[in-house]
This record gives sequence, structure tokens and C-alpha cells, in this order.
Amino acid sequence: MTTTAAPPEPKKPYRNSPLRRALAFARNTWRGLTSMRTALVLLFLLALAALPGALLPQRKLNAPKTDDFIATHGWWGDLLDRLQFFEVYSSVWFSAIYLLLMVSLVGCLAPRSFEYVKSMRAKPVLTPRNLSRMPHYRRAVVDTPPEDVLKAAHARLSGWRRTEHGTSISAERGYLRETGNLIFHFGMLGLIVFFALGAMFSYEGQVIVQANGGQFCNGGIYNYDSFDAGLQIDGTELSPWCVKVDDFKAQYSALGQPQKYESSIEYQSGADLQTGTWRPYHLEVNSPLRTAGDRIYLLGHGYSPIFTVTYPDGTSRSLATQWRPVDQATLLSEGATKFPDPPGITDEATRRTKQLAITGLFAPTSFLHGNVLTSSGPELTKPGVAIDVLRGDIGTDSGRGQSIFEIDQSQVDKGALKKVARQNLDVGQDLTLDDGTKIRFDGVQQWVSLQISHDPTQVFVLGFAIAMFVGLSGSLLVKRRRVWVRVTPADGEAGGTVIEVGGLARTDQAGYGEEFGRIAEQLVSGKKGT
Amino acid sequence: MPIINESLSRFSDWSYTTATAIYVLALVFFLIEQSFGAKGRQAAERQKQRVRELAGAGGPPVTEYGTPHTYGTPVTPSPGGRAERIGKMGAALLVLGVLMHLAALVLRGLATSRVPWGNMYEYGMAVTFVAMATWLVVIKKFEVRHLSGFMLLPVVILMFINGTLLYTIAAPVQPALQSYWLVIHVSAAATSAGLFLVPGVASVLYLFRSAHERDSAKFPRFAAKLPSADVLDRIAYRTTIIAFPIFTFGVLCGAIWAEAAWGRFWGWDPKETVAFIAWVIYAAFLHSRATAGWRGTRAAVINVVGLSATVFNLFFINLVTTGLHSYAGVG
Repeated sequence: MTTTAAPPEPKKPYRNSPLRRALAFARNTWRGLTSMRTALVLLFLLALAALPGALLPQRKLNAPKTDDFIATHGWWGDLLDRLQFFEVYSSVWFSAIYLLLMVSLVGCLAPRSFEYVKSMRAKPVLTPRNLSRMPHYRRAVVDTPPEDVLKAAHARLSGWRRTEHGTSISAERGYLRETGNLIFHFGMLGLIVFFALGAMFSYEGQVIVQANGGQFCNGGIYNYDSFDAGLQIDGTELSPWCVKVDDFKAQYSALGQPQKYESSIEYQSGADLQTGTWRPYHLEVNSPLRTAGDRIYLLGHGYSPIFTVTYPDGTSRSLATQWRPVDQATLLSEGATKFPDPPGITDEATRRTKQLAITGLFAPTSFLHGNVLTSSGPELTKPGVAIDVLRGDIGTDSGRGQSIFEIDQSQVDKGALKKVARQNLDVGQDLTLDDGTKIRFDGVQQWVSLQISHDPTQVFVLGFAIAMFVGLSGSLLVKRRRVWVRVTPADGEAGGTVIEVGGLARTDQAGYGEEFGRIAEQLVSGKKGT
Repeated sequence: MPIINESLSRFSDWSYTTATAIYVLALVFFLIEQSFGAKGRQAAERQKQRVRELAGAGGPPVTEYGTPHTYGTPVTPSPGGRAERIGKMGAALLVLGVLMHLAALVLRGLATSRVPWGNMYEYGMAVTFVAMATWLVVIKKFEVRHLSGFMLLPVVILMFINGTLLYTIAAPVQPALQSYWLVIHVSAAATSAGLFLVPGVASVLYLFRSAHERDSAKFPRFAAKLPSADVLDRIAYRTTIIAFPIFTFGVLCGAIWAEAAWGRFWGWDPKETVAFIAWVIYAAFLHSRATAGWRGTRAAVINVVGLSATVFNLFFINLVTTGLHSYAGVG
């Protein structure tokens, strides 16, 4: 097969070799990839590649901030964006590193597992001839006959794997180290696999629900305010359940620091959906509702000011639209409450000149700084609003989606929506527009924001993570070590037995000295140790 | 609602300040020992000798009862010079300082009726306490008391920054932190961070010492008084193998808590990311010790990188970036 014997013909080996060269290349690549050195380099690359995710804003965590960052950094931001620096953990380069690391891991684990099975059946090694050359050594002369010494040594080394070679015992223990090592690495492999699966089969959504009996049903994506799903989720088969939020309470310290958020909710899932049974649940931060494979979290809260519009013809409409906090510490909120249907108008064009929108600021504990409304605390002690009232075409008929928290600024810019009043109101106060329409600030309702999460794989991830931890502890803290005992009759007529004990730690920097000292002491003194 | 006991909190502050002051004093004592003591110079020599004697211990048997094979047995009788006595006083001060430090923690906990690691200041206090307590164990097991100054220096700096810039008045924690996981997760995180300071310092010293051992012209005055590179390596490794599983446990508990509090067990929050990075670096450290060509200096460099990731995680992530872990309560 080899060409060594052939005369140096340049063409012949060349022609034969492509396959072999390819094989050699593959073999060398595999060896290179699975070597510890490569694994180390890959580990570093992984650490390095993960770093931008901590330093740069990430689109998945904070999309507005990311766009802002790109906008303020010009071409630099664009370049980073194109290189996927704002989606680090789903980027091509990050995935490439961890896939290579996984291959490297498998390549390292497979031979190691075979080795492990072999070593688990192997007997401890032969006793070295010269025990005094071992890093740990002890020699003593005792009166006990050799057989008794050996018997006692067997008893002392009962937890060890032992073999007897004539006049000596060879013992080894700490096999759990390698067991732990393998469990750790296989655990990590499993964890990564299920983590990746989780990214495909999970979903997460947020929704705001009024905390006065407002309901939310997990019927489809359209019910959510925002929804983020894995590749395998098309939104058609969400687990069915409904919640009803009865109330929300927040407690604050004297300094306005939040101390407790709680919400009483009711829910139905499974058979309860048919029977219409509602089950109560006390929803709190850190204690989500777990039902039908989904988890429902209390994520945040805010206020919905209630406005009543009394039209000139006497009809009145009330709306409590959620406003969003702009300052989490004081819950000063902004928003837009829209009244698209003035009564008694059938003509579309006229209707679109009479629609009303109320925008501005809401303060749970209002404090007027001159004429500017601010909030001095998150608690609902003295609610007040500073509002602009706009009249005209609010743009909801245009078919374009618009934010529930804002008016469509382009309508204002076009002049289709005009400001007709600006005023600060306390609860119960009202203002009157030029056409006689009265707008009253009636009070406040609370809303909660719920997060719904679904991840069928997380329990597997947990299982593998625990396996990793257990394996890791074993592989680092268990010491693999050997001890040998040899007995020989003492020279001379005094009789007695020479006991030699040798020890070797197979783990670097194991700190075997103390244990060996104890074992040797007990073997030599013939006392039964602990 | 928990009521804050202000006088206990004041006592805690006093204990903290006292502990810092004692550490500074001990630092001076240890620096004197390190600079003028015979121990510094002899430490390496003794360590080598001890290993040799152990290996060669053949001698007349049975009678040699009670020669314990433990560390800390002086083989050559300590000269007991003035610098050594000052070093011993330093050690006594160190114990006192650690006790005051512990008192500061316990009093803070009693004052707030919760575990005393609910904000950055308290966390820093707990981390430095673990570091110092670990160091006490280290100097009991290894003859490196004269190195305490190098350990105290970063700890004193941390404690000073912590007590001035990051100080936060005793207060209850926000709802997201009201969970028994605060006890488990944060204590594991603080313990591992405190433990990691020790191998970090040992590895820095290792780099000086091993450079000196390769070429004695390098750092001739400073590194000559350090223990042998082997001892420093052993300290770094043994502390890391205890700290690493605790760190892993802390991250694991953090993930379980995050699942209950934030709706997902892992979300690449900045703190999570840097914890992951530090974990990978320490994993690389442990692997490097089993890789030909990477032992020794390279492993020590990796360990120092690991330390910087830990410190980065402590300060930069808590104070500069905004993420879900922004509980510092500063600014």
C-alpha cells in the first residue's frame, strides 16, 4: 500500500493520494479540533464573543435603545448592526464558536467514555518495587505477624478498590472523579441541546389588563401587546386559558420605595373552560401563576385616568385607557385617551372633524411646579392630569396601526388634528370646549402588565444543569489516589514485620499528604481508623 | 413591613469602619514583616526542604509518632525576629478585623430584618468578608502569612470604595428581591466572588515569582521574598476548585430565580452574560492545568483574567450598564 519502496517517481504517489490526503486532512482536522488546546482557544473565543452582548444594547432586550444607539453612532453603528453585534447570541459567529466547541466536546468525550468503561473494570496496578520512591512513604517495624497486618490493612482500606499481590496490597480510590467529570460534560451537552430546542419551541408575550375585572384569554397572538415566539410556534396552538384581574395593590415605604406588589386574579384552564369555573390566585412578583404549561407573571403596573366626555347633546362617554409610566420611581405617566365616535353623527367626513383625543401627563401624587405637573410619589394620593385636548381626525380610520399611548403626530402635522384646550385637572374637575363639550377627569383605575411565558424544555435544562453541578463538584473535589502496603519479615532475630506504605495522588495539587499520613499512621499502629 | 432599626444600623457602620481601620493597620504590619522579615526569604527554601524531608522520610520507624505531615510545621525553628513578631501581631489584628467585619454584616442583617446583601454596599461588605475569612484559612494551611499585605491591599481599597461611594442606608429591599432565593443565590454569588479574590491575588504573585525563578534578575528584591511558585500555584488552584462549584451553584440558582421572577431562566442580561464569561474563563483555567504547554504561567494569566472578569462584573455591570441586576441602590 505504501509507496516507500517505490523509486522516487514524482507522479505516482501524487495520483494515488487525493483520497488519502483528504482522509489525512479530515483526521488531522478532527484531532486538531478535539485537542484540549483548541478547546481552550474556543473557550476564550466564546468568552470574548459574549462580551459585546454585555456592553452594547441588544435588540432582543431593548429594541428602542438599540435603534437609538445605531442612530447616534452613524456608519459605525450600521457596521456593527450588519455584523450582528446587536443580536450577539443569535449571530453567525457566536453560533459558529459554540457549535465548534460542541464538536470539540463530543470528540473529547467519546474516547474518554470508552476509557472510562475500561478503567472501571480494571484492577489497581501492581505494587511498585521500591515504595520509598513514591511521593508519600512510611516505613515501620511492628511485632504483629505479616498476615495479620495485611488483614488489618484490608479492613482499613475497606472503601478502596484493592488487589493483593503476594505480600502487598495495591489500593486505589476516587473513581468518582472521572464519573463526575463525564456527568458534568454530558450534562453540559444536554443543557446546550435543550437550550437550543427551547429557543424553537418557546414563546413569550406581554399584555396590559385593567385591574378591575379585566380579562385576557390566551386565544391567539392578536390578543397580545407584544409577542415573541420561537421558530416552531406559529401562534395557532397556544395553550388555552383565561385570566381575570380583580385588583392590584402596591405598598410603598414613606420614601416612596416600592415594598410589595400584589394582584388578585382568577383563572380558568383545562376543564374549567367548559364549566366556566374561575379559580382564585394571588399573583405576586416572584410567584407566577403556572397553569396549562404556561406561566403568568406580574410584570408591572400603571394607571388609567378615567375621562368622561359630555357632548353638547347631553350624551356622555367614559373611557379609561392605560397610560404608560415615563418615570418608574414616581409613576408620572403619559398617554392618549381617544374618543373616535361623537354621538349623533352619521356622516363619515363630519365625524372625522369631531373626534377627540386627550393627551398629556398623569401624576398619581400631583405636584405643580408653577404650571408644570410633576409627580412626587408613585402612590395614588392626589391624582392630577395636565392635558391637551385635540379635535379633528385622529387617524384611526386610515387603516394604519397606531400606538395606544400616543396620538398620530402626522395627523397633527397635517393640521387634521388641532389642539383646542390645555388645562390641569384634579379629580372631579372639568373643562369646557368652545362647542360646549365638557371633559371631566373622573378618577383613576389601575392596570397590570402581565408576561406570559411558555417553554416546554426548561425542566430538561434544569435537570441537565443539576447534573452538571453534581458532576462538577465530584470532578473537582474527589481526589483520585493510590496507596500500597507491603509487608516483609524483618531481618535479624528480633523478628517482627516491616510495613511499608507508599502513596501517590493521581490528581495534581490534590493535597493527599494529610490523608496519607492518617492512613499510614493507622496501618502502622494497627489501630482501626475512622 | 420590616422596620429599620437605626441604632443597629449605626453600630453596623461603626463596625465596618473599625474593621477597615484594623485591616489598614494589619496591612502595615504585614508589609513590615514581608519587607524586613526573614520569613519572606526563607519561606520558599523551607517549603522545598519540607517536601524533600517528606519524600525521604524513611528513618527509624514507630518511634517517629506524631510527626504530622501537615502544613505549617516549621522545619527550621523560626528565628522569631522583630519582623516575625510584628507579623504575628498583624495576624491577630486580622482575626480581630474579620470579627468586626462579621459583626458589621450581622448587625446590618438585624437592623433590616433580612439577609445583609440586598444592595451593592452590603454585597461588597459580604464579598470582602468572605475574601478575608478565606485568607485566614489559607494562612493557617500554608506558610504565607507574610503575604497578607498583598491580599489586604485590594480588600482595603474595595472596602474603602464600598464604604464611601457605594454606601447605602439600611432599607428594605424592593419586591423583586423579596424571595428566599435572595438568601441562596446572592450568598453563593458573594461567597464565590470573595473566594475568587484569593486565587486572583495568588496568581498575580505567581507571575512575579515564576518570572523571577526563570531569570533571577527579574524582580530580584520583590519576588525573592515570595514563596515558591509551586506554593502560590497550589493556593490558587485549591481555592479555585472550591470557588468554582459554588459559583456554578450561584449561577444555577440565579437561573431558577430568574425563571420565577422575570419569566425566563436565561436572558443574556448583562450580569448573566458576564457571569457566563467569568464561568467560561475559570473553566478554561481548570482545563489549562491539564494541557501541556498551558500549565504554570499561562494558567496563572487565565486566572488573573478570571479575577478581572469577577471585578468587572461587580463594578462595571452594577454601576454602569442598566440591566435587570441594577439593584445597586446607588445614584
